[in-house]
Amino acid sequence: MSASSPTPTSSLAPTKPLAAGANVPRVKVEQASYAYAATDRSAPKFTLGPASFEARQRELVAILGPNASGKSTLLRLLAGLEKPLSGRIEIDGTEIGKLDLRTRAQRIALVQQESELLFPLRVWEYVLQGRYPHGRRLRFESDEDCLLAGNALAQVGADALRDRWMDRLSGGEKQRVILARALAQQPSLLLLDEPTQHLDIGGKVELLRRLRKLADENRYTVIVVTHELDLAADFSDRVVLLQRGKCLRVGTAAEVYEPELLSDVFEAPIEVEMRAGGKPRVILRGNS
Amino acid sequence: MRPLTSRRVGAVCLGLGMLLFAAVVISLRMGAYPIGISDIVTSLVQGALGRWNDIPTENKLVVFGLRLPRIALGILVGAALATSGAGFQALLRNPLADPYVLGVSSGAALGAIISLIAAPHAPGLIQVAAFAGAIATIAVVYFLGRRGGQLDSATLLLGGIITASFLSAVIMFLMTRLSGRDLRGMAFWLMGDLQAPSTVNTKWLYIVLLIAVGSIYSTASDLNLILTGEQEARHLGVNVERVKFVVYVAASVLTGLAVSVSGAIGYVGLLVPHLMRMLFGSDYRILIPTSAIGGAILIVVADTLARTVVAPTELPVGAMTALAGAPVFIYLMRRRVR
Repeated sequence: MSASSPTPTSSLAPTKPLAAGANVPRVKVEQASYAYAATDRSAPKFTLGPASFEARQRELVAILGPNASGKSTLLRLLAGLEKPLSGRIEIDGTEIGKLDLRTRAQRIALVQQESELLFPLRVWEYVLQGRYPHGRRLRFESDEDCLLAGNALAQVGADALRDRWMDRLSGGEKQRVILARALAQQPSLLLLDEPTQHLDIGGKVELLRRLRKLADENRYTVIVVTHELDLAADFSDRVVLLQRGKCLRVGTAAEVYEPELLSDVFEAPIEVEMRAGGKPRVILRGNS
Repeated sequence: MRPLTSRRVGAVCLGLGMLLFAAVVISLRMGAYPIGISDIVTSLVQGALGRWNDIPTENKLVVFGLRLPRIALGILVGAALATSGAGFQALLRNPLADPYVLGVSSGAALGAIISLIAAPHAPGLIQVAAFAGAIATIAVVYFLGRRGGQLDSATLLLGGIITASFLSAVIMFLMTRLSGRDLRGMAFWLMGDLQAPSTVNTKWLYIVLLIAVGSIYSTASDLNLILTGEQEARHLGVNVERVKFVVYVAASVLTGLAVSVSGAIGYVGLLVPHLMRMLFGSDYRILIPTSAIGGAILIVVADTLARTVVAPTELPVGAMTALAGAPVFIYLMRRRVR
């Protein structure tokens, strides 16, 4: 991994000034709900919500829950890819559904697990795509775009990868490059859908540490969907716990991680141990 | 990091434009009536300046009366097919897509064959009927390819392939109704042929070509993102549905345009975009213009060979594009693999 870049990290901070001060929540989810149906007329196959929570700038929020609990649906609502059936989701005081596509992409970046490339692409070409929402139609990339893409690669420690082909990268390398493209968007809200899935334990810790740093240094609000309860406790300011489409609890990990609650939600015998610094740790009973 | 610049696009297109000009001059020289390169260039320059009286009559007849209209048609068809192929490859997210994959050419062929049966000797009717057949197919496949109110690449591809095979069956059935000269004409048409009919007004076709290629080019940045995944393109702010609609209509019209004047010339729409990708990269901002010019070059060269290799017999230009194109493509593909 390359050394971190000497370039100023602030250049990847959000371009849009906040409508209100830092104390106003950047993201506000108010009683948002959603329902999937196979067809327009059939009964919903899956419903979510209503969910409510807030996230401020420099905060890292983890969305937790077992499979099919609605984590990714909530993330899609936050990304503006789906409209809530009821309730509101706001970013900087504006309802997400009311933002036009480009403005939305300037403010919200979504990192998903895989990119399905049809034709070979170099890493730097891929990261430059993050500048799309900031450009005019057909505009060719400026020197500033290249500088920002380079900074984004440096911030995720992927400087050395810039001339490699995307389809030749390892899982962890690709993950960092996809994150770099999101940074190049200069978003104020960074959303990640199970980013730790294909990483080994070292990679997971490194990624969460990096996200924490990005939230602090770039003034991002970071919302992560994850299965990693311990890492969420270590690095997040707040967790949102979901079960079968219901938003059960919102709060700090110490507030939410109750042994009975977690055992019920994850259908496993779970104990919680408090560590120094007030961070809880999850232990599977019977395995220790 | 060396991003694409408008200057690079311009320089590459200028280079390819010069190659096209050279191909045109060589093509003008080849044929039964001998004419020197300098005479051709002089005639072209004087023609461009409007000094028609200074051009010797026989040069005027050979260059502007016989050979240039056919070359102009070839440039049009080549540019239309290659741009359409590049568009369909992005729209369907499939590197094997070509202009004919959605059945537009079969619809055009059906229109042509119906006009041959209904009014065999009406001048220009075959082109009009072919274009009408292409447009009708575009509309049918568009409705077949919608899912949940939006164009869905996989559904569109399946709908197109089924439509094409159904129309081919109808064409085969109707071919049994043709005889003699019409049957041979239809066979040439199905293979692709550039015998310019005098009734075709190339000027209008060029206007349609420019509008359709321009429409696809206006979505070039969006197509770059759609190639990395529709979902991701949406996150990055691309109006995916609008882009797909524009590319579908423009690429289909280009195919219909090319097929109705020259029949189904194969390989150009598949080969040229891949060739240009190998040479200049897969960014659609350079791929669209280079494909258009590259397609024109390929058709001009192939048609020159088609009418000179076994002169005085003429081969269908579609056979030449496949013969000349396939080995070049394989060579470039192997070189890339290594």
